[in-house]
Amino acid sequence: MNKETKPQDKKIKLTIPEEEIMSPGHLACQGCGASLAMRYTLKGLGRKTIISLPACCWAVIDGPFPYSAAGVPVHQSAFETAAATTSGVSHALSQLGKEDVTALAWAGDGGTFDIGIQALSGAAERNDNIVYIVYDNEAYMNTGIQRSSATPHGAWTTTTPVKHYKKGRKKNIMEIMVAHHIPYCATANIAYPEDYIKKIQKAKGIKGTKFFHLYAPCPSGWKYTPEITIKIARLATETNVFPIYEVIDGVYKINKKIKNPKPVTEYLKLQGRFGHLPDEEIAFIQEEVDKNWNRLKKLEEVFGE
Amino acid sequence: MAEKKEVNEMVEIRTADDMPPMPASMGSMRMNKTASWRSIRPVILVEKCKSCMICWKFCPEPAIFPKNPPEIDYDFCKGCGICIEECPFDAIISEKEGK
Amino acid sequence: MKKILTGNFAAAYGAAAAKVNVVAAYPITPQTTIVEIMSEIVADGLLNADFVKVESEHSALAACIGAQATGARTFTATSAQGLALMHELIHWAARGRLPIVLANVNRAMAPGWSIWADVTDAVSQRDTGWMQMYCENNQEVFDTILMAYKISEHEEVLLPTMLSLDAFFLSHTSQVVDIYDEKTIDSFLPPYHSKIKLDVNDPRAFGGLTSPDHYYEFSYKIQLAQQKAKEIIKLVGKEFGQIFGREYGLTEAYRCEDAEFVLVDYGTIAGTCKDAVDRMRDNGIPVGALKIRYLRPFPEEEIKQVLQNVKKVGVIDRAISYGHLGPFFSEVKSVMYGSDIPMYGFIAGLGGRDVSIMDIESMVSYMQKNEPEDLIWIGVKK
Repeated sequence: MNKETKPQDKKIKLTIPEEEIMSPGHLACQGCGASLAMRYTLKGLGRKTIISLPACCWAVIDGPFPYSAAGVPVHQSAFETAAATTSGVSHALSQLGKEDVTALAWAGDGGTFDIGIQALSGAAERNDNIVYIVYDNEAYMNTGIQRSSATPHGAWTTTTPVKHYKKGRKKNIMEIMVAHHIPYCATANIAYPEDYIKKIQKAKGIKGTKFFHLYAPCPSGWKYTPEITIKIARLATETNVFPIYEVIDGVYKINKKIKNPKPVTEYLKLQGRFGHLPDEEIAFIQEEVDKNWNRLKKLEEVFGE
Repeated sequence: MAEKKEVNEMVEIRTADDMPPMPASMGSMRMNKTASWRSIRPVILVEKCKSCMICWKFCPEPAIFPKNPPEIDYDFCKGCGICIEECPFDAIISEKEGK
Repeated sequence: MKKILTGNFAAAYGAAAAKVNVVAAYPITPQTTIVEIMSEIVADGLLNADFVKVESEHSALAACIGAQATGARTFTATSAQGLALMHELIHWAARGRLPIVLANVNRAMAPGWSIWADVTDAVSQRDTGWMQMYCENNQEVFDTILMAYKISEHEEVLLPTMLSLDAFFLSHTSQVVDIYDEKTIDSFLPPYHSKIKLDVNDPRAFGGLTSPDHYYEFSYKIQLAQQKAKEIIKLVGKEFGQIFGREYGLTEAYRCEDAEFVLVDYGTIAGTCKDAVDRMRDNGIPVGALKIRYLRPFPEEEIKQVLQNVKKVGVIDRAISYGHLGPFFSEVKSVMYGSDIPMYGFIAGLGGRDVSIMDIESMVSYMQKNEPEDLIWIGVKK
């Protein structure tokens, strides 16, 4: 190679917006999926965002009084209230003529699938002008890894210990939200930030309730070493455990069609929370993954563009 | 009273008058250098690095500067190892912290 | 301009006259007409506000909190079970220093289901940091809402206000209410401006983790605000009197100057007491009535001032703190600690039972003939 043209002279290409809005120094665990989730979200929505944050990991990650890491206004609120508080924010913004500011509800799976589902359903039925993002780490992680209705079948949590591991399928929050006839629903995965940020920017331009189910693995709760957070997130989609799709005004569109999906064991074996599972359960999980994937494909067939 | 601080500054609260009426933040978490969390540190091997920026993309803090080549921000890197794992060119190695 | 309005209409008109920006409310008997009228007023374009038709009272207060924190003037209304459902967020609104105004239609708590007047619902919220007051008539409901925004939004107060109106006795009873004119109201109550709010130009986090190092001082500041509020309530009440012709304070003394017996009361019972006092005075009994408007902040000085030279005091409570005493009675009694004036604690009207002029006369007669007692249940069938 010519001495004058080192690799360092080339222009770097960034596939996601460069500006950092969230600052480091926050209290997320090493390798936290929720931390990346917020970082990407703010890159997509920009500084004109007001976040309503109920009790969840981010209530602690943002930092204690008198500090904050988010870089945008944050309103911490009670556990059940993410969607209701955000509705209030969006109506105030509208009344005050600040419609270019996005009202964002940012909640964990506990505050969305369980205790927060009433407020979410209410806001969605009213089609309030909010973006609602659930970063799903599949348990009540902030309080120390207790099960939620987003905890997948077979998982260990402190309230579903190995002798009583969680038996019962994960609630399908996307189907619940689609049933509210809101203009935009999407799943997203921190392993695919380009896809996620593109969808966030699309949602920002839509009026009404926009819902994102964002997959955010948790090293502390899923029992794996932090460096493989992205690997696990990617495997979730590559095995069809977590498909990436949108439902726009009721029209289904699968964003990532995995040609040769990997067997679900590749995903499960990396996580300590599934370490106790007997072969029959793994087979059951594989069956369920295949069933859900085929159902999604059928939905796209019947209700696609 | 309750004025915002410059980023990186500690907020000093001595009396109730130094606080706003409600718990509203006055400073940034940038003053909290999470370097102390590390037990291993990532080191970028510049000769192998192709500046693809995947390490920068996947850093949760973020603690990598998008320069050419990228630079680890050792004030904040928590040593999670995601950059080491995700680098497609094996250009980041893990070193024991405090060597 | 004078109109014939029920208490609920007066509350709705009051919120509209205050030019609120966001209303979030959920129906519950007997508050429902407040919600219905506000919907109509907004739909008719008489009030430029967003009415959020939330799916529960808990969400109603959550939406008000979100909207108020963003800089909007907000209003909500509820009753009994609805107020109880809001309880977690009642704390949030006060500790968040958000000047929300809530109209509560005092209704008995269930079970058994009751839609009738009782103040247990509001009294149960007295430790939360809200300012709370009780209305005697519909004019007071309308006037209080206008004053409440001015008092709550004062930068040295910044605490929400709960005003109570008795179920059916006020909420559904028509009375003459002067609703003044828009221009005068606007000059009395300018739009809401908050210094610290959710603002993308001044990004802050609100309500984050607060250690014992700071939580203690936040609580201290709320107490200081309540104490300051006593002064502001009187100032605003005086200003209101100068502009609109009706002056209000923390309390209202009726014929107490030369009274030997004083009845301490609140809510609609205060209105009945005034009639009872007039009748007893006609029969030569030197009795007066002291209406407590504000339970929080509690008007210690005003109460001591009126009661200090009186022979006997009777407090009429439309609630009881089970296991102890009538709530107003125990608060007034504690304020009178050190005096040897005999005090009588009357419990009356729970669950909406009527408290008549004759009932009140029987209380004074009891005071004349008996030693003081802490708990006297008027009319209980036993």
